[in-house]
Amino acid sequence: MPHPMPPLAIRAYTATSALGRGLHAHADAIAHSRGGLSPNDFSVAPLACWVGRVAGIEDEPLPAALADWDCRNNRLAWIALQQDGFADAVRAARERYGASRVAVLLGTSTASIGATEDGYRRLDHGQMPADLHRPVLHTPHSLAGFVAAAFDLEGPCLTVATACSSSAKVFANAERMIRLGLIDAAVVGGTDTLCDSVLFGFNALELVSPEPCRPFDARRNGISIGEAAGFAILERPVDGDDAPLLIGYGEASDAHHMSTPHPEGLGAELALSDALARAGLQPRDVDYINLHGTASQKNDEVEAALVARTFPASTRASSTKGFTGHTLGAAGILEAVISLLAIRDGTVPGNLGADVPDPLCGPQMAWHGESADIRIALSNSFGFGGNNACLAFARAGAVA
Amino acid sequence: MSAALTVWVRGIGLWAPGAPDWHAFRDIVADGAAPGEPGRPVADVLPANERRRAPESVLLAAAAAGQAVAMSGLAAADLPCVFASAHGDQVITDYMCQTLATAPAELSPTKFHNSVHNAPAGYWTIATHCHASSSAVSGGEYAFGAGLLEAATLAVADERDVLLASYDIAGTGPLGAMTSTTGPFAMALVLSPSAEGAAVRLDITPESGNSDTGALGDAWLDAIAASNPSAHAIPLMRALALTRSTALRVAAARGLDLHVDIAVAG
Repeated sequence: MPHPMPPLAIRAYTATSALGRGLHAHADAIAHSRGGLSPNDFSVAPLACWVGRVAGIEDEPLPAALADWDCRNNRLAWIALQQDGFADAVRAARERYGASRVAVLLGTSTASIGATEDGYRRLDHGQMPADLHRPVLHTPHSLAGFVAAAFDLEGPCLTVATACSSSAKVFANAERMIRLGLIDAAVVGGTDTLCDSVLFGFNALELVSPEPCRPFDARRNGISIGEAAGFAILERPVDGDDAPLLIGYGEASDAHHMSTPHPEGLGAELALSDALARAGLQPRDVDYINLHGTASQKNDEVEAALVARTFPASTRASSTKGFTGHTLGAAGILEAVISLLAIRDGTVPGNLGADVPDPLCGPQMAWHGESADIRIALSNSFGFGGNNACLAFARAGAVA
Repeated sequence: MSAALTVWVRGIGLWAPGAPDWHAFRDIVADGAAPGEPGRPVADVLPANERRRAPESVLLAAAAAGQAVAMSGLAAADLPCVFASAHGDQVITDYMCQTLATAPAELSPTKFHNSVHNAPAGYWTIATHCHASSSAVSGGEYAFGAGLLEAATLAVADERDVLLASYDIAGTGPLGAMTSTTGPFAMALVLSPSAEGAAVRLDITPESGNSDTGALGDAWLDAIAASNPSAHAIPLMRALALTRSTALRVAAARGLDLHVDIAVAG
């Protein structure tokens, strides 16, 4: 078992998804149980399904100085970075610590592959068309490279691409680097945007629902794909700090199957116990869990059983995929932000989309929105390849 | 200034065109043996049926990783692992983009789940029954240095032996023209936070700026080093093959190098 970790301050955080741009849009949608899914109108031959699409990306190219990086994924990242004063907070961290002491650690599953797909649809004599002759876009590192360049940061710069756990795991990368003194602050988070690879890919695996997704519903029939970007700045807390805290994280592997979770949720359970151990917590200490809850048959079955057998009824739990869709590599940071809002606002998001609870679910499930004092929250993120992550957050002063 | 990270090398693996394993590479570099004919990577760790149908990236990464773990004498099941790659499986990405441009509804579900950047980490953990943390990272052109920094950080922070594998395959199609990767290469190290059972110490310190490391002056090595971002590990692997204490710089990000002191015992 790992040792407890020194908590880290979350100096700034933000998210943009189908619920809107920035924290207020997310808090408001959650408070009113207003989801953001809409019929799929993405791509040249839209599949009959629902998506969590961010409005307006097509009309907002990157500033001229960053034009080489322009693509849907980096545009969404840029839009998100402009919300809630986040870009200013990054610049302040750079000013305070120096460009080489601030890391950029970002998760994504497909980065700007949408631009590569676009190039293949418009090949010029078998080659990438001239306007997409930009090698920085055609690589998984496009997002992290873009953010580091946009803020002129020269610390460690890492892309984590472990499918749907990507932007949860970056919190762990940051904690290790800060604890060992390699850096003083980290910009963590991630971005994934709608693209044909994931829409047709999940469709080929028969995991996409033709309706808005229904996490933990007995009749659920698959996921709804969404897009999102979110970011946070992590640094050491100062005396009297009132920032929310990262208090733990866990990472583990299923060692079972590339696209199906372990039937008993072994990796998920190991990630959870790892996170609780680093946070120095018992299950009864946890007030809220933002579940991975994709509305796929297997994920929800395994996760419902894990929560039901581990936590008391006083721990509240819900999936917010019914609000945003499954934002894949961005799900970790988006749901971390939603967990931080639950702590800030005292709101337990309702498990939007489910009408008939799966009987595997325990009394922990918050089927509708609730008000509660949330001092400690967990966020689960599980990915293809059996890659599991769990994050633990606390309100300032909630843990000794 | 003391090193930021100190780790010991407990196991080494490598696959390069003409050097199908670490021992062959050492014979070429240290003893002047001639490189062989390029073949298919042998990934003994994978079950036979997986080996037949595994994508090239998975075979390559698992071949190098398997050698390093075997040399370490440790159980792969207990090792957290970091798989680094600039571009992942470009052959699959090329297939996906071609299919999506012409007949998207015909996309292969297997190709799709093999297209994730963590496919080698997934297949590796399944084959070795490893429930420890596994990661798949990229740093673009700096993927090897970024992966080395992450793996060494994990070893020291969690006081655990860690497997690092860095691999890239040749690009193909319109994508290949963008990534400019011309050949396959993979390396792997088992890094330990303690000296026990290891003969080589790495002291790793991040330093500002990117220095041009220049060519090694060996045509075969220089051609491999230029073939893909993971092959930027070649100067480090050459130093390990020569079992000679030395220092070198590895680029880990834009504007960030790792200064690596390599100390060989006795």
